[in-house]
Amino acid sequence: MVDDGTEAMTAERPGGGGPAATAGGGPSFEPRIVAFCCYYCAYSAADLAGSMRLQYPPNVRLIEVPCSGRVDPALLLRALEEGADGVYVAGCMEGDCHFQQGNFRAKRRVGAIKKLLSQIGWEPERVEMYNVPASDGARFAQVAREFTERIRQMGPNPARGKKVRS
Amino acid sequence: MSQNGCKTESRLERVLREGHFAVTAEVGPPKSASSKGISRHAAAIKEVADAINLTDNQTAIVRLCSLAAAVHVMQAGGEPVMQITCRDRNRIAIQSDLLGAYSLGVRNVLCLTGDHISFGNHPQARTVYDLDSVQLVKLVRDMRENRRFQNGEEIKVAPPRFFIGAAENPFADPVEFRALRLGKKVKAGADFIQTQAVFDIDRFARFMQVVRDMGLDEQVFILAGIVPTRSARALERTATVPGMVVPQELIDRMKGAADQEKEGVAIAVELISRLREIPGVRGVHIMAIAWEEIVPEIVREAGLLPRPRLEVPTPA
Amino acid sequence: MIIAEQKPIPEIAAQVRQCRKVLVLGCGGCVTVCQAGGEKEAEILASALRLMGVREGWDTAFDSMAITRQCDPEYLDGIARKVAEYDCVLSLGCGVGVNFLAERFPRTWVVPGLNTKGAGATLEAGVWEERCLACGDCILHLTGGICPIVRCSKSLLNGPCGGSQGGKCEISPDVACGWQLIYDRLKQLDRLDLLLEVREPKDWSRTHDGGLRRVVKEEARL
Repeated sequence: MVDDGTEAMTAERPGGGGPAATAGGGPSFEPRIVAFCCYYCAYSAADLAGSMRLQYPPNVRLIEVPCSGRVDPALLLRALEEGADGVYVAGCMEGDCHFQQGNFRAKRRVGAIKKLLSQIGWEPERVEMYNVPASDGARFAQVAREFTERIRQMGPNPARGKKVRS
Repeated sequence: MSQNGCKTESRLERVLREGHFAVTAEVGPPKSASSKGISRHAAAIKEVADAINLTDNQTAIVRLCSLAAAVHVMQAGGEPVMQITCRDRNRIAIQSDLLGAYSLGVRNVLCLTGDHISFGNHPQARTVYDLDSVQLVKLVRDMRENRRFQNGEEIKVAPPRFFIGAAENPFADPVEFRALRLGKKVKAGADFIQTQAVFDIDRFARFMQVVRDMGLDEQVFILAGIVPTRSARALERTATVPGMVVPQELIDRMKGAADQEKEGVAIAVELISRLREIPGVRGVHIMAIAWEEIVPEIVREAGLLPRPRLEVPTPA
Repeated sequence: MIIAEQKPIPEIAAQVRQCRKVLVLGCGGCVTVCQAGGEKEAEILASALRLMGVREGWDTAFDSMAITRQCDPEYLDGIARKVAEYDCVLSLGCGVGVNFLAERFPRTWVVPGLNTKGAGATLEAGVWEERCLACGDCILHLTGGICPIVRCSKSLLNGPCGGSQGGKCEISPDVACGWQLIYDRLKQLDRLDLLLEVREPKDWSRTHDGGLRRVVKEEARL
């Protein structure tokens, strides 16, 4: 799914992800990040960032969703299973959800997946929830930078390059 | 019924029927297999109290059983009130213990629901509550009056003839139901009531007014509970127990006292003297939790000595 | 419905990590409603176990699916061939489902993924609470429809005990006193007379204490 070509990128990037997993990451490690972005906010902010020529890491692959509340928690795990080094959900600012409660639901679900990850010995920091208003391209770029850097420090997904799903 | 109107061989019953203001006191069995503490407390308290309650694994903490503790009290020359809760035993075990206790000379029981297991030191244990306290009262009454086990089967020889006690907490909720529930216990067969600790006299007096209006004071002997505390901290802790009401002024008074133990005794003595003035209160029940040695002083200070000397009928 | 919650994943992992191929089997009945063991939960759990296996180096494959109900033979028959491919079924059904799978598939190792809590209802989104202890001898007509067996921590029939305060049970300020609820409701319905009766000890032989219970409706048999 990460490489199925459905993701939209709004900034230039080098072709697809980093190299195969290298133990411990290191400076050469290029994280592959999946970001589920709400159409009403973060996705538009990404567009804006592109128009504004703001730099943000090409590691982030965007998946447009109609609302952050639409992101099934199973998808966050699936992204990890398929080799993403980090996954985040970007929804509207609290109180601004187009569907009233979607971003609050997303926040709880991401929280639940974090808890689950710590139960199974994974770093809960590999998934995150952000709020990015449509009007704030700079915030979008900043989130992308922050999260990419976090994952870079953490090192690659241990599932990378392995056949996890039968 | 015997000549003095007594239904049982209980000494406590005689004290009450003869119109004396009764004194009972509680002794908590130890978390060990030693009888020493019980015997020592019993020897001291028997001189100042008409009967001694032995708690049944109070607050759901494992302790020497109330039946054995009752026997130790008798060996020390005291009269036991064996407490029995519904928490840990089903109707088979309870009836068996009642037969056993009576065979050993126990003549008084106090029937309780029992603190929930979650309070105690084995919260993983299975709760029983096959019966509740009202049903337990009725069971003991049916054994005595109808010579029947709970299942209706006849007790052909030697049914146990206990003087039956029950508890009531006038301070628990719903407040307006408390006297009615007391009535249920009387209806089920309670002979005497030992109440939860009284700190709020005014509220207790209102409760007693309802009890008198219902005529319950004529049907059951009510002994008001007294819990002496030795420190302000102990009193504050007591105030947090569900179903306990402690007026803030009492806590403040303890806090301000130079000698808190002395103040604790003074408060207990005052409470007793005020309780004696409330019509329908036929005695007091002193629960000096982990402070049993203070009981003689409180009873003496309260002017409740000497205790009536009765000729105890020889057990049949 | 039956309410249940998932066991902690490490506890589940300890049951299945030695297996070769595990089918995480959800149930479309009660546990779907209480979001403990439906198709979605099975998918997430399988995913989590795969990720855990990667980290810990297990040699175990996990797949997931769900069936309409785990407590009816016809639905189990429908997955017989599928189950034969696995050496273990991790059931996300209630305890009934686990039992029934084990009975239906004698050669397959069946393990539970849930802790079954009881018979309950939805209080609000995400919150379920038990309401019936399946005692086999309903007395709700005596208590205004509020069950003292399940709502009172001591299952008293002549409550409330002395630990009821401010509407709360003595065991926790988070637990309502069942007998306060009963009292309030009967008072509202002007039926407090029901509380003045001394209720006899319960006949526990009708519950599990009397042995395994079975219900037979002759005219429904084939």
